[in-house]
Amino acid sequence: MTTAHHITRKAVQVAIDDLCAKKVHFGKNEIEALLNIYKTITKNQDRMDRLKFRDVLHNSFDMTDDILMDRVFRAFDRDNDGYISMTEWVEGLSIFLRGTHEEKIRYAFTVYDLNGDGYISREEMFQMLKTSIIKQPSEEDPDEGIKDLVEIALKKMDKDHDSRLSFQDFHDSVLADPLLLECFGQCLPDHKRKMAFESTFKKTNTFY
Amino acid sequence: MEKAKDTENTKKKEIVKNHSSSKLSVNHKEPSDESSPESDEEEELAERGRQDQSDLPSEYWQIQKLVKYLKGGNQTATIIALCSMRDFNLAQEACQFAIRDVGGLEVLINLLDTEDIKCKIGSLQILKEISKNPYIRRSIADLGGLQTMVKILTEQDKDLRCLAAETIANVAKFKRARKVVRQNNGIRMLVGLLESVKINLQHAVNDHKGIKTHSHHSYSQVELVKDIEIARCGASALWSLSKSKKNKHEMRRSGVIPLLATLLKSPHESICIPVVGTLQECASEASYRLAIRTEGMIFDLVENLRSSNDELQMHCANAIFKCAEDKDTRDLIRKFKGLDPLVKLLSNRDNKPLLAAATGAIWKCSISKENVKRFQELKAIESLVALLGDPTEEVLINTVGALAECAQEPENRASMRKSGGISPLVNLLTGTNNQLLVNTCKALAQCAQDQDNISIIERMDGVRLLWSLLKNPNTRVQASAAWAICPCIKNIRDSGETVRNFVGGLELIVSLLKSHDIEVLASVCAAIGEIAKDEENLAVITDHGVVPMLAGLTDRNDDMLRKNLTEAIAQCCKWGKNRELFGSQNAVAPLVKYLKSPNSDVHASTAKALHQLSKNPANCIVMHENGVVRLLLGMVGSTDEVLQENSAGCISNIRRLALANEKARNA
Repeated sequence: MTTAHHITRKAVQVAIDDLCAKKVHFGKNEIEALLNIYKTITKNQDRMDRLKFRDVLHNSFDMTDDILMDRVFRAFDRDNDGYISMTEWVEGLSIFLRGTHEEKIRYAFTVYDLNGDGYISREEMFQMLKTSIIKQPSEEDPDEGIKDLVEIALKKMDKDHDSRLSFQDFHDSVLADPLLLECFGQCLPDHKRKMAFESTFKKTNTFY
Repeated sequence: MEKAKDTENTKKKEIVKNHSSSKLSVNHKEPSDESSPESDEEEELAERGRQDQSDLPSEYWQIQKLVKYLKGGNQTATIIALCSMRDFNLAQEACQFAIRDVGGLEVLINLLDTEDIKCKIGSLQILKEISKNPYIRRSIADLGGLQTMVKILTEQDKDLRCLAAETIANVAKFKRARKVVRQNNGIRMLVGLLESVKINLQHAVNDHKGIKTHSHHSYSQVELVKDIEIARCGASALWSLSKSKKNKHEMRRSGVIPLLATLLKSPHESICIPVVGTLQECASEASYRLAIRTEGMIFDLVENLRSSNDELQMHCANAIFKCAEDKDTRDLIRKFKGLDPLVKLLSNRDNKPLLAAATGAIWKCSISKENVKRFQELKAIESLVALLGDPTEEVLINTVGALAECAQEPENRASMRKSGGISPLVNLLTGTNNQLLVNTCKALAQCAQDQDNISIIERMDGVRLLWSLLKNPNTRVQASAAWAICPCIKNIRDSGETVRNFVGGLELIVSLLKSHDIEVLASVCAAIGEIAKDEENLAVITDHGVVPMLAGLTDRNDDMLRKNLTEAIAQCCKWGKNRELFGSQNAVAPLVKYLKSPNSDVHASTAKALHQLSKNPANCIVMHENGVVRLLLGMVGSTDEVLQENSAGCISNIRRLALANEKARNA
């Protein structure tokens, strides 16, 4: 594992060029502003660990689900080195805040595919939906309700009938019903918080 | 619009019948406010719906399970449940009641009060569908759903506002709901909603036409599709709301008319349909008709008549039907070449509502002679005659109405005969729909002026059928039958004998002089004027007391009555002691006043009556005392020959009497 370094101006420039080439949904000025935010969070270190990232998710976006926050971190951490680099930060936010429909679908699937094997299984769905039923009639086994909900979701979205959701299943289902994008839990910011965060780095003369 | 009350009542009867059947049609039309007493209906509807437990489909239970998750789940579970619920056929009554029966409506409406946009959208997607059911609508309104939906109209999210508008459009299909929306400022919000997309749509129309605009930002296709939906849903909501009179007024005050005028120009049929639907609903108000004309909407209505969309054409035709009450509008329709597409619509034999709308529009347009001429050129008369066999009452009423107007032209009376139109008309006299009867009598009244038509009418026993209508309790039917009888008696050979052969016929018509209705009185007098030309019949009606009854009417002010009354009096004078009897019944003095009427038709017939009456000396004295000579002198020089002749004749009788008195005095 590499050690952390301070962020140099050159590193920032390299990152900015790299990101522009990757065609993220931010203008140059916005990328710079986002990297400033990154520096503040990491205290000028060139890597952000899981804890600090989860703090951002919690404080800025009011996310509370442990499993999902972890998965979001994994989605941002593309090289899977346990840290989010400057580039990964901006790339992730590009989808998180301004992703196209396709990008968001791909992202959400990555989040929900807990073991990363390319399918969302029953067990994974059960994990994610475990806390989703608040009130249950007392005689009923609480797990029954969750299992039922999993079956309902599967019935709705499993287009190829193999008892698990492939990317294609998920993708086609969300296209047919956009509300299903975050069907296993919140993994994208809600409108209010998104706008609030955007205002921290957006310049007034950039386009909407 | 002269749609018979009967038609509305039959529709209402049909609705009551449908309650017991388990099928509900989607296009469920409810009668407009003014004629529906809803208290009994509401009770009945509240009772309805507890189905027999044993034959509930499995969907019923599955849906109830989903409602359970709505109640007990967090946002994630709620979304899954809502999305899954949409997979069921929500148009099916069992599914709708499944939701309602376990308190699903409350949950759905409560979701609308949360901050969660996704849940609100999901909830509205369901409410939108199930609110097509009249029982569910009422439940939604009872739970305060409308107030919540109206609030949503001002939120940021376009999809949300659109769904709210569409759901309101479905729920506001009954009186109480319409009131609630108005009381919660819903109308102003909807107008605001439409204003917000109006500008974007205008830009799109201009782009479409290649006109450059000054907008800075590019307008994406996705946004345009959303705005079109918003316009459609907003207009649909206004359409539902516009059935209430107070709402019509509120809408006008909120500036809806110029807004609708702009939206009407849209190339998108999905927008035009609810816009025209709203306009035709509101066109029952004179203020709207005026505004429709002054805002230039007649042009667009005519344009849309040419569309290929049946529904759009129907609503346009209905709007024109109502607007053509006004002469200026009728002229505009002709100017914009709107008469041609109307006639073309007559070929839609199978689409009855469309046919009814087209015939209705043609009916009202034919009030203007210039329009009749164009209809003639387009061979509309022949097409209308062909419709006389149509089973739909509304189509018949309008068709006959149109023919009645067109038959004011002699050429058309002949065309009608040549296309075989006379005998179906006479057959319609046996019907029961009052409006249809009135229109048929009007048409026959015109047709009977044509000698060739008369023989057909006679052969088909038309006079007897008309006479039977005098027994109809409805005064408009009585009056129009009497008007039609006049030309029949005039033109049929030996009509006197025909009439005499109607058992109790003469007694009947004389008895109608007791009516309280001015038009009945006028028309009956006209008929009596014709009847009395036959001496034998005159004797009979004299026996039935026609003289005192006519005399009793002389104190009236109505010119139409006066004209026909004096004609009748003039004719009735020509028998026995009737002149003397009129005098003793104090009929003479009032007649002198008629000469002061501004209506010159009244003068001619009054002069006739006075001339006849003046053959009795006592009457001369009364007339003279009432200053008739001076008045008649002024009319002696008239260009109207009848007036001239009778004024002179009357004066000369008076003078002769005066001379005779002089001579007697001097002798």
